[in-house]
Amino acid sequence: MSTISSLLPSQNHYLEGYKGNHWKRGAVKELSLHILDVSENGINAGADLVRITVEEARTDNRLRIIIADNGRGIPAGLIQNVTDPFYTTRTTRRVGLGLSLFEAAARQCNGSMRVESMPGKGTSVTAEFEYNHIDRAPLGDMVGTLISLIIGYPDVEFEYIHTVNSRCFEMKTTDIKNMFDGRPVSDPAVFRKLRTVLQDGLTLLRKPG
Amino acid sequence: MARLTIDDLKKVKEKTAKETSLRYGKASIKVTVHMGTCGIAAGARDVMNSLMTEMAEADRQDIRVVASGCMGMCSSEPNVTIEADGEEPIVYQLMDANKMRQVFKRHVLLGEVQTDFALAKI
Repeated sequence: MSTISSLLPSQNHYLEGYKGNHWKRGAVKELSLHILDVSENGINAGADLVRITVEEARTDNRLRIIIADNGRGIPAGLIQNVTDPFYTTRTTRRVGLGLSLFEAAARQCNGSMRVESMPGKGTSVTAEFEYNHIDRAPLGDMVGTLISLIIGYPDVEFEYIHTVNSRCFEMKTTDIKNMFDGRPVSDPAVFRKLRTVLQDGLTLLRKPG
Repeated sequence: MARLTIDDLKKVKEKTAKETSLRYGKASIKVTVHMGTCGIAAGARDVMNSLMTEMAEADRQDIRVVASGCMGMCSSEPNVTIEADGEEPIVYQLMDANKMRQVFKRHVLLGEVQTDFALAKI
């Protein structure tokens, strides 16, 4: 009987490059990662405002995620192509996976995704999920996603609205930036405040009872 | 002349705030985390969050952190580029939270390039 390692070539350069935790690479396992990805589409389309809405209607067994931006929008002729993984307008590589993966994540739990766009006004991506479906990916680290976006794109304003049944948490980056008189968001003091606001807000939202 | 409304005043305030934030933005080191779909799938968000935790501890005003899209080198994601004043930008490859911590403490704070993790000089 041979073990798996003896079947592998002794000098496998592909394996060499993927040491450590990189076996886990290439997985978008959390909905919050999709949110991060789709928000960046809007920013790359020149948006300076991105509104992220997460509606957890647990009593209706429904989860809805809306990502709306005020970027340049998608021309009418191209909108049917956006979820085609082999369609992309980029030039750095030949595939465009962001929206296709998000749609797959929605479809695998009896959900759906739609993209609406007004050229010149912006785009909104709405995904619906069956909340209790066994294949619904967890929302994951939403604080991490928001911090990455807010810090990574300091010139873009973000609005985040998260509801769980009838509870609601709202955050606008303009409010936090105003508190600190235009200091950059990566300034340690601003960042700490931002993290506390998000962490506390989301913890409160999820508190049972 | 039309009268100034509250909305107009708000707009003036926002515009000024934006301009001041640009003036504040005199950074001597810029750290770019590449966060395209490929980067995100490979763990760029963890890299960004560990970077920010380090930033908050270091308490330095002259380091700027930004995100950017895919560089076209998806197989070596997560990539991080560090540009220090007067030096060639260094691209790090296959980053994770721990490597980011090391690169921040050594390269960003002390200026020692971590060649083990580096992909290239640009």
